Amino acid sequence: MKLIAAMSGGVDSAVAAARAVDAGHEVIGVHLALSANPQKYRSGARGCCTIEDSHDARRAADVIGIPFYIWDMAEEFHDGVVEDFLAEYAAGRTPNPCLRCNEKIKFAAVLDRARAMGFDGVVTGHYARTQNSDIGKTLHRAVDHSKDQSYVLSVLTIEQIAGAIFPLGDTTKVEIRTEAEVRGLAVAQKPDSHDICFVPSGDNAGWLRDRLGSDVGPIVDQNGNKLGEHKGAYTYTIGQRKGLGLTIPTPDGSPRFVLKIEPVTNTVVVGAREDLAITTMRGERAVWCGPAVHSGAQRGFVQIRAHGSALPCTYFFDNDLLVAILDSPLLGLATGQAMVIYDGDRVVGSATVCETE
Amino acid sequence: MLESAISAMTEQLACLGNPSSLHSHGRATRKALEDARESLAKEVGCLPSEVIFTASGTEANNIALKGLFWAGRNSGKNIVVISSIEHRAILDPAHWLSTHEGAEVIQIPVNFDGVIDLGFLKDLIASRGDQISVISVMHANNETGVIQPIAEVVAIAGDIPVHTDAVQSFKKTPLSFSLLGVTAMSLSAHKIGGPLGVGALILKRTVEIPSLLHGGGQEREIRSGTLNTPGIVAFTTAATSAHFNAAEVTTLRDRFISAIQKLVPNATVNGLSSARLPGIVNVTFLGTQSDTLLLLMDGQQISCSTGSACSAGVHEASHVLLAMGHNDETAQSSLRFSFGASSTASDCDFVASVLPGVIARARAAHLT
Repeated sequence: MKLIAAMSGGVDSAVAAARAVDAGHEVIGVHLALSANPQKYRSGARGCCTIEDSHDARRAADVIGIPFYIWDMAEEFHDGVVEDFLAEYAAGRTPNPCLRCNEKIKFAAVLDRARAMGFDGVVTGHYARTQNSDIGKTLHRAVDHSKDQSYVLSVLTIEQIAGAIFPLGDTTKVEIRTEAEVRGLAVAQKPDSHDICFVPSGDNAGWLRDRLGSDVGPIVDQNGNKLGEHKGAYTYTIGQRKGLGLTIPTPDGSPRFVLKIEPVTNTVVVGAREDLAITTMRGERAVWCGPAVHSGAQRGFVQIRAHGSALPCTYFFDNDLLVAILDSPLLGLATGQAMVIYDGDRVVGSATVCETE
Repeated sequence: MLESAISAMTEQLACLGNPSSLHSHGRATRKALEDARESLAKEVGCLPSEVIFTASGTEANNIALKGLFWAGRNSGKNIVVISSIEHRAILDPAHWLSTHEGAEVIQIPVNFDGVIDLGFLKDLIASRGDQISVISVMHANNETGVIQPIAEVVAIAGDIPVHTDAVQSFKKTPLSFSLLGVTAMSLSAHKIGGPLGVGALILKRTVEIPSLLHGGGQEREIRSGTLNTPGIVAFTTAATSAHFNAAEVTTLRDRFISAIQKLVPNATVNGLSSARLPGIVNVTFLGTQSDTLLLLMDGQQISCSTGSACSAGVHEASHVLLAMGHNDETAQSSLRFSFGASSTASDCDFVASVLPGVIARARAAHLT
């Protein structure tokens, strides 16, 4: 096949490209320039898409022996990922920008462009697997569960999965680094990128405050009694305990947790740990990575964080919403997060959490 | 690199001796260097003492622009005039002079055909001529090949020093330092089949300017550093060989242009009605993106280029095409094809035969 390998400048995408070449594909390396004002270098494990990263990607392509180009996706990234991230926070939700990037950039803008140019698909260094089935390729967890990235890929449709190649899904990260050494790739020991790539400082709250303002608002209990003030409701996360700065203790001295963020009134509601418990979640904008989920209840697992646990649940599709009912209560779930349904290791689909109870 | 230049360089690499040394090895190297200087001077129509060897065309441009500015500023002239389509090796030093030395940089606009506006220059000189330290206009543009009216610039400039970046023109079109009448002119070896890392500044004998590099003053006390004799010898070997037949290359270029116009609807050749270098064709393919075109052409083993890339390697709209009246969209859908001494008619026909398919793909990719 003729494939575009998306090369971030990190070790995973470099080995993925090399493996695709070994598998006999005709591979072209492409680095996505996602920032209109890239930093010269990155500090530690923060962020990516610096000039240094694009240089690392180019060197990896040289070593593998494939052509290399840079595609400017800064505008698409800003409109589809950064703006969405801000809008979600402004609406009091907690978004996952990596999901958005896979949905709108890597397996949409890039895959569409690649297909139009005569390529068959896109290779990435994601830790996930695909399997052929009678309905086409399906998406599965990676062998290395600690690195599994199927969660952030759960926004891909069957058509997108058909064009996605994940050569690393059957290997552990440790083995990938060793393989990179053997292949002579200089990025073999490059630190993993963490955090949000477009917040190079790592200070998400500060980054949000700079863009959304820092209007002071009340922190209240569930009865509406004011307990303190905050500087920007969106810098809080559901379930957050630390950093609330409250001076009025609870009668029994138990800690308080963020229960709700109300953007319209700029209010943060806090309460007891047990008030965080939810058993039902509903999600909008459902995407199916295989056969569509219907209204009949099915058993499976739901995962609500990129590296969170798979929670046993019953799920079904009702009134345009994906519904999951948990076997045991969960503490703290923010709207805006993705709820991803698994059938064993297979990703069934995902939706964006809009209601919990 | 030309075979003759490679052998001249290889032979010289084996010769011991710093050309500044006084012993016999040094003198032998000095002789080779001065022979080279004389043959280059003859080729570009200047005196041997007017040749200052440098490590690149960029260095030559920097010495000329900054040096002439500093010399002029000493007598109160604070304006640097450049054209809006200069190479970054002039744009960047001009920008540096403005941000670090307080220079006022004024750009001469170009018309849709890519030629500088002489009327603008005339008016500028009439109103503020006594404040201008240097005027720098490239001899021919590297992206479009459009040749600029340098002799006219010199005539309008009067006593104001004129520099021309002739890196793209040298050996591609008639070029004479003395006939042009400029004060300074930049050349580069690798553009004419010579080695990388060698250039020259041709600077009028009587002009004295401050240096950028200090440390020995090897070249007229203006440029310091041990002279790269093997590179210089190879440069002048390339400069004195007749490898580029302008008439033949022009025929090829025009054959290519006709083929494009026939095969690709909505393709426009930039600067088509201007005098141009034989070896450059710049085409706008509406509804495409140049980086997509480049990738697809590269896949067919055809190397062409887009305007420029930023430090992260991202393609940017060409400032040359923008100056010619293009918008971001059309500037970003342009591609430059270069022809050289080794290009053949069948090369041209092959490129032309591949283009319609590539353009169709690129247009489809642009719509996604």
